[in-house]
Amino acid sequence: MSLFDHKVSELHELLHKKEITSSDLVSESFKRISEVDDKVQAFLTLDEENARAAAKEIDEKLGTDNSNGMLFGMPIGLKDNLVTKGLRTTCASKILENFDPIYDATVVNKLKDAETITIGKLNMDEFAMGSSNENSGFQATRNPWNLDTVPGGSSGGSAAAVAAGEVLFSLGSDTGGSIRQPASFCGVVGLKPTYGRVSRFGLVAFASSLDQIGPITRTVEDNAYLLQAIAGIDPMDSTSANVSVPNFAEGLTGDVKGLKIAVPKEYLGEGVQEEVRQSVLDSLKVLEKLGATWEEVSLPHSKYALATYYLLSSSEASANLARFDGVRYGYRTEQPESLIELYKKTRAEGFGEEVKRRIMLGTFALSSGYYDAYYKKAQKVRTLIKKDFEDVFAKYDVIVGPTTPTPAFKLGEKLDDPLTMYANDILTIPVNLAGVPGISVPCGFTGGLPLGLQIIGKHFDESTVYRVAHAFEQATDFHKQKPEL
Amino acid sequence: MSRITTDQVKHVANLARLAITEEEAKDFKNQLDAIISFAEELNELDTDHVEPTSHVLNMKNVLREDKAIEGLPQEEVLKNAPEHRDGYVKVPSIIE
Repeated sequence: MSLFDHKVSELHELLHKKEITSSDLVSESFKRISEVDDKVQAFLTLDEENARAAAKEIDEKLGTDNSNGMLFGMPIGLKDNLVTKGLRTTCASKILENFDPIYDATVVNKLKDAETITIGKLNMDEFAMGSSNENSGFQATRNPWNLDTVPGGSSGGSAAAVAAGEVLFSLGSDTGGSIRQPASFCGVVGLKPTYGRVSRFGLVAFASSLDQIGPITRTVEDNAYLLQAIAGIDPMDSTSANVSVPNFAEGLTGDVKGLKIAVPKEYLGEGVQEEVRQSVLDSLKVLEKLGATWEEVSLPHSKYALATYYLLSSSEASANLARFDGVRYGYRTEQPESLIELYKKTRAEGFGEEVKRRIMLGTFALSSGYYDAYYKKAQKVRTLIKKDFEDVFAKYDVIVGPTTPTPAFKLGEKLDDPLTMYANDILTIPVNLAGVPGISVPCGFTGGLPLGLQIIGKHFDESTVYRVAHAFEQATDFHKQKPEL
Repeated sequence: MSRITTDQVKHVANLARLAITEEEAKDFKNQLDAIISFAEELNELDTDHVEPTSHVLNMKNVLREDKAIEGLPQEEVLKNAPEHRDGYVKVPSIIE
């Protein structure tokens, strides 16, 4: 048995009873990494020396006020698009291969305040663009449940590391499903919080109006504790919301009596694999037994979400990624003849294919003569998609459906056709466009691969999302199963 | 019919400051063409009277007190610059 088979709250108790130390937890992490990471390939950078030193220091603090926090002494992995002072941050891109950040992201500062210990930085699709981790500039992370399949993406390393027991929990980021989809593929719990719930300061921007940082954990309760530590307004991010942060763990009552669930017919229709559909229907029966009711609804503009998302996210990305020009940081081409050539060759040599494709699409959609037809049109359709959710949430407490249309696919299977790869995110993308919170919790298996149930809530109502996810988790045992490695 | 020409692709690549080869220009033309024609399904929707959404939260013009705080030290800021001299980031000369 691994120490990480315990929940955070149990480990907290064991630490305070002095049955274990934080150094034990950190050792557990590095031991497991040395055993399995050559297979899983979740980590891009390890911070072993500092992590062990930090654990020793933290062990000295046991019994002081600092040690009361729930996350005190717990080891964590971070997606490699969260800047960490003095710890290489690459976004899995050659253009940032040797980038050594000079400040910490707000979430990293908050984790330091909570006295967690950073184990290392986790692989992802380059600049978070992708659904399989195959777009990483460095390595392809594998799904711990089946090493021939992808872990999902873009936070594939973050999900795989938790599923493989390499860390207790991790942070990812989600622009169109990049936390929930890999959580679903790897059989763990992943939450995309409401847009504005968590500061994005120090998250290397992909699409600023959609990006959110969120927790990936083994249980819903752990997830609630981790969100608690990172949530809240931040003067360094003017889009972080001035909304009070409730006690998320306190809301995990197990009670869903009278809860009204909406199930969009678009989320169980064409393209959704039969086993996936069946697992969602079975999950709804579980929730019904617990006293909830469900009805079929429609989110009529769902089919337009994918196109809307690719136009908006690529447009925002083309602007955000303009900063990678070889001047102030990152890779620079050798011996350019002019400044323009320096920009062009640096970017051509530093960015991978998918990133270039999205920069091209975004630049096109924003260019003179096309702005109204593509970018502005997509912004208007976004309004319609957002309104779909508002209409349903006027009558229902949560929306439930699958996280992904299929379980994890094989490496290489979807690389040739960008549109097929994009379609994987069809059930998660609308949630980002509407800015609402969504979670994926394990809800079944097919062919030895995990499936995820997606629970979507109202703006800033993560508490209800967690309550439903927790009640479901307690009534099932999918989350207790572990991959054999 | 093609929605985008190779010349347009080259123009966009120039705007995006990306050096591309002839072969890449052809590949991008085909791929962007497929993505853009897929995106044109949005034209099925009448959005004449719909306001665009750039941001989902109901907040505008977030202000803060205009207070000076200490910036990052120059040494640190230059640490990641590929080339620098005398406290400046160095690039190829722009004016002869």
